[in-house]
Amino acid sequence: MNKLISRVQGQTKTGRIASIRAQGLAFGLAAVAALVMSLSLPGTAAAAGSDHPIDKVPAQKLKDKASMQNGAKIFLDYCLGCHGVSYMRYNRLWDIGMSEEQIKAVMPPGAKTGDTIRTSIRHADAKEWFGAAPPDLSVIARARSSHSASGADWVYTFLRTYEADASRPTGWNNKLYPGVGMPHVLWQMQQAMTPQQYDSAVGDLAAFLNYVGEPAQFTRKTMGIFVMIFLLGFFFMAWRLNKAYWKNIK
Amino acid sequence: MAAEKNVTTTGLLGWIDHRFPLSRLYKEHLSEYYAPKNFNFWYFFGSLAMLVLVLQIVTGIFLTMHYKPDASLNADGIPVAFASVEYIMREVPFGWLIRYMHSTGASAFFVIVFLHMFRGMLYGSYRAPRELIWIFGCLIFLCLMAEAFFGYLLPWGQMSYWGAQVIVNLFAAVPLIGPDLAVWIRGDFIVGDATLNRFFAFHVIAIPFVLVGLVAAHIMALHEVGSNNPDGIEIKEKKNADGIPLDGIPFHPYYSVHDVLGLAGFLLIFFGVVFFAPEFGGYFIEFNNFIPADPLVTPPHIAPVWYFTPYYSMLRAVTDIFTWVMVAGAAVGALAVLRANWSLLFKAVGIAALVVLAITFRTFDAKFWGVVIMGGAVIIMFFLPWLDKSPVKSIRYRPTWHKWLYGVFVVNFFILGYLGVLPPFDLGQTYSLVGTVFYFAFFALMPIWSRIGSFKPVPDRVVFKPH
Repeated sequence: MNKLISRVQGQTKTGRIASIRAQGLAFGLAAVAALVMSLSLPGTAAAAGSDHPIDKVPAQKLKDKASMQNGAKIFLDYCLGCHGVSYMRYNRLWDIGMSEEQIKAVMPPGAKTGDTIRTSIRHADAKEWFGAAPPDLSVIARARSSHSASGADWVYTFLRTYEADASRPTGWNNKLYPGVGMPHVLWQMQQAMTPQQYDSAVGDLAAFLNYVGEPAQFTRKTMGIFVMIFLLGFFFMAWRLNKAYWKNIK
Repeated sequence: MAAEKNVTTTGLLGWIDHRFPLSRLYKEHLSEYYAPKNFNFWYFFGSLAMLVLVLQIVTGIFLTMHYKPDASLNADGIPVAFASVEYIMREVPFGWLIRYMHSTGASAFFVIVFLHMFRGMLYGSYRAPRELIWIFGCLIFLCLMAEAFFGYLLPWGQMSYWGAQVIVNLFAAVPLIGPDLAVWIRGDFIVGDATLNRFFAFHVIAIPFVLVGLVAAHIMALHEVGSNNPDGIEIKEKKNADGIPLDGIPFHPYYSVHDVLGLAGFLLIFFGVVFFAPEFGGYFIEFNNFIPADPLVTPPHIAPVWYFTPYYSMLRAVTDIFTWVMVAGAAVGALAVLRANWSLLFKAVGIAALVVLAITFRTFDAKFWGVVIMGGAVIIMFFLPWLDKSPVKSIRYRPTWHKWLYGVFVVNFFILGYLGVLPPFDLGQTYSLVGTVFYFAFFALMPIWSRIGSFKPVPDRVVFKPH
């Protein structure tokens, strides 16, 4: 493999690759076989539906650059082993207030600031090992939106509803996403934190994924206000002009 | 050379007028095109539809510069087409704005066109001598539906993919040639790269070309006969000594400034959506469409975009039970033929045709009739000029219960649209059946009901309150 994987492994010891490597080939093969089965069963791979209520991610986190920065760090440390955000470039983290030095400090070794944030698992390998490749998370917050909750809320709830389940090949199941293929990658982080700290960290991660889903969203809203002000002025002028002309029509 | 041509302009304009009818076109279509002075709110939507057409073409050109109709997977396992849309959203300067204008523009186009068509229905704008304007308009609506359908595949998300799959599969229900027809449309056995490329070709060149031509014909036909108005009065019947309609005013400047006001109001709403709610709660850009197309994973619920849902409800309403309703419809038709003032031969042929039709209703796949009903819902609009037998054009002078009937028609259309968004359920299916029957009965029985009731006297001149 490469440096990045070993780095991720060193930090989390919970990624799929990590567990396969650490716990021996036999267990690895069994786990992969089980994963392939669980992912290829109809209704499990596509199971997004569950009646579990979706909690709201604290609204101020979604606008807070410090939250997004912390979320970016968590993402690069824990998620990038399997999931890319391949439509994003590292240097776009500048948009959420990170300096070039800060960006370089969290980047995996060997990456350049202009690179897109890609996972180092090859797509074809991941597909062979897990049965389905871990999805790219660039637009996951938008894809998981629904009429009742935002995608950020979904991510926030999803990462807080893992529970140990010996019947699952990974040893984990999820209340929001029953039969999920992904194990609870953040469990060590969760154990090292108070519930409040963990909720906050996951909220930061949700804020980062929400930002990544549409990096233009903040520019868009700011620009929108100016456009609305202009159009209101334009509407007023058009209204007066129309009135001035039409006063001749009897 | 052009000595026999009567040109009054001089200078550069004169030079042009000798060679091209610039002044004449300007007069005929703008400064001396006399439109009734009593246009109301409903009359904004024609010029707005033109505006949105231009917006869609211009934003579409810029999107085409960066979009790649390619279903193959990139190194990250993402379809190139899907990734190129996200490239536009992130890497192309203001690409997100262009893309949101285009996606919002598609929905805006349908909002405007639905309102524009309903205006025509309210004021009898399709009645003689404006039948061709209406028919060109119906063709524009068909083109617009095709344009939207082809365009919706291009982002190559799950809804794009499975929506196209469902609709193309409908053609497989055509008797005898169906399965081959579906393969011919897709260019493959499933929706794939060949489908994406041909839909792209249709979306960016074939359909827009026809659309623009039809819009030109629509406006030429309109300017030939002149605009109708909310009173449904022919203003050309009352002219002054110079031959100018008494109730007419030059399009430019009066309606050009008026339309600028309409444009300003529209842009406020349009850009409000573009900047603050581009997904419009998942109705303009569906959430599922942020998942790249996957031929192996069928989404649990596939719904078309909102503007197709009334027709989609009608499609879903056609089950085995509905084909019995259609047989009953044929029986009613046969009864009407029996009572008609036709020769015996005509009656025999008519009834024989209806009997054959009734048999096919039961023998062909109900899915096929669903497709026919869905298409028929648009096709029946073409016949409106000849179905409406009301002695007055405008709803203003029709019996009050006609107004209620049009109201029910609108509410019914909304309910069908709402049901089309939802997954099918029993009560919804039952309503869809009733709603579909109502929709068709509204048109089919119009020759009868549109004459009934006490009509109000139509004034000689248009009703106009100076403002």
